[in-house]
Amino acid sequence: MKVVVCVKQIPDPADPGALDPDTKTLRRDVKLILDESDSYGVEMALQLVDTAGEGSVHLVSMVPNDEVSGLRTALAMGADSATLVSDEALAGSDALGTARVLAAAIARSEPDLVLAATESSDGYTGVVPAQVAELLGLPSVTFAKEIAIEGGTATVRRQTEAGADLVECPLPAVVSVTAGVVEPRYPSFRGIMQAKNKPVDNLKIADLQIAAEQVGWAGAGQEIADIAEAPERAAGEVVVDEGDAHERIVAFLDELKVI
Amino acid sequence: MALDKIWVYCEAGDDGVATISLEMLAKAREVAGTVEAFCGGDGAVCAAELGDHGATAVYSTGDLEGRMQGVSVASAVAAALSSGSVAAPDAFLLGTTYDGRDVAARLSVKLDASVLSNVVDLRLDGDRLVGVEPVFGGTINVTSRFTNGGPDIWLVRPKSFEPSAVGGPPAEAMDLPVPELGAAGGAVVLDRFTEESEGPKLDEAAIVVSGGRGLGSAEAYSMIEGLAKELGAAPGASRAIVDAGWVPYSYQVGQTGKVVKPTVYIACGISGATQHLVGMKGSKNIIAINKDSEAPIFAVADLGIVGDVHKVVPKLTEALEGR
Repeated sequence: MKVVVCVKQIPDPADPGALDPDTKTLRRDVKLILDESDSYGVEMALQLVDTAGEGSVHLVSMVPNDEVSGLRTALAMGADSATLVSDEALAGSDALGTARVLAAAIARSEPDLVLAATESSDGYTGVVPAQVAELLGLPSVTFAKEIAIEGGTATVRRQTEAGADLVECPLPAVVSVTAGVVEPRYPSFRGIMQAKNKPVDNLKIADLQIAAEQVGWAGAGQEIADIAEAPERAAGEVVVDEGDAHERIVAFLDELKVI
Repeated sequence: MALDKIWVYCEAGDDGVATISLEMLAKAREVAGTVEAFCGGDGAVCAAELGDHGATAVYSTGDLEGRMQGVSVASAVAAALSSGSVAAPDAFLLGTTYDGRDVAARLSVKLDASVLSNVVDLRLDGDRLVGVEPVFGGTINVTSRFTNGGPDIWLVRPKSFEPSAVGGPPAEAMDLPVPELGAAGGAVVLDRFTEESEGPKLDEAAIVVSGGRGLGSAEAYSMIEGLAKELGAAPGASRAIVDAGWVPYSYQVGQTGKVVKPTVYIACGISGATQHLVGMKGSKNIIAINKDSEAPIFAVADLGIVGDVHKVVPKLTEALEGR
């Protein structure tokens, strides 16, 4: 069974950088790491291949520079190989441009299953997985809590407003994995060493028959009109607990007439 | 100048039309001359409620027989537009929900149209819409617009607008047939489960009590549930403890979870990562309990308690008992 996992390298959320007022994009000159949201897809893929007793996990990612450190993290967890589409033309891509590149890269490996996070932690558009599925002509199940594969069919427990749906889906298919549903493994020392020698296929968009005007700034069907600081919410009273702070809370709730 | 026509994606459950759909109808009426709804399923049962909220027509697919909303509805809309049986709206509004995202994503590919997600406000700028998206935990507002010919596809965060009934006549029920879906339509719902939860729903509750990493362990979350029960509140959580598996994803408040705007939000052992703040900053009153006086949550709290949640929360629960 061949599983492709879409992963994204993002600025560390603890130090996300800033919006560049000139280009109106997120500055990405900071160090990029594996989006934590993607670690669940990687873990899910490793578990599914493990359960199947055979198969491989291949990563697909894109970036406007040649950053690979986030990919190495996922390879160190146990993924076998990666395709990285790194091309300056990708800067400024919207969700649809991103999905076009990912779909073209995924198609080359003819996977049985494509996994992704439900959304990235930085851009969080939440539409890329289903766009990839539509571009590839595949069925998709988003917000998976559990996935079981048997005989060319995926059975997925999908998060819903009310609870969950049990969905049956023929393979190949695209499934997005809800954060927190599996426990991502920490890369072992051996894994980290092995990751350095795992194959990473570097592609340009031309290798995927994608033209520069279809992606990046040129291809994005949207633009930023304005960036402004949101009105600050003023901080109120801060009390250090001396054993009676709960009384202050009760008094506050009383004032609000909610108790 | 207002837009000619907006289509609003309608989601419905046992309690009728989803609140997010009604919220979008209210905003759509402000910016467009004609507002129509579209949905996957039987739209006729929603016609009265949709009409009451200003939709003049509801286009619906009929029973999907378990097929997914995303691929079915997007394919049906694209087919109707390309056949010319329906004139294209200037914009589609869909909720940032499980199904809303799927429909928007599939539709964007079919129409080769860009999508703007996580919009919390929409307004007219000349004869086009612009939308506002909060980034960096809501500290920065980015206003964006589409640059292609349209139609626009906007994904709107719940709780961005107030629903308002205008007492219109029932929406006219129109057919939106689903074409042959091929392989893309292969996923089928076999069974649906409702998560039984006591008390109010997280995104509707007047009071929300949330727990974070400061609780120290999954077991300590029972403290949050105890306090929530005493207050008639909904229990919530930060992403950190959802990712750690202490509570299910459906409890999550924040950028990747639910947006809540209760009368009172009580954050217990939550530091206030930007990811969390964006989901609760709109609460009318915020109480925060955290042992770190430097925690960012205190910058948005009306009442901040620098203290140990393991001491303050049980005492608070006890003090509220019998009130």
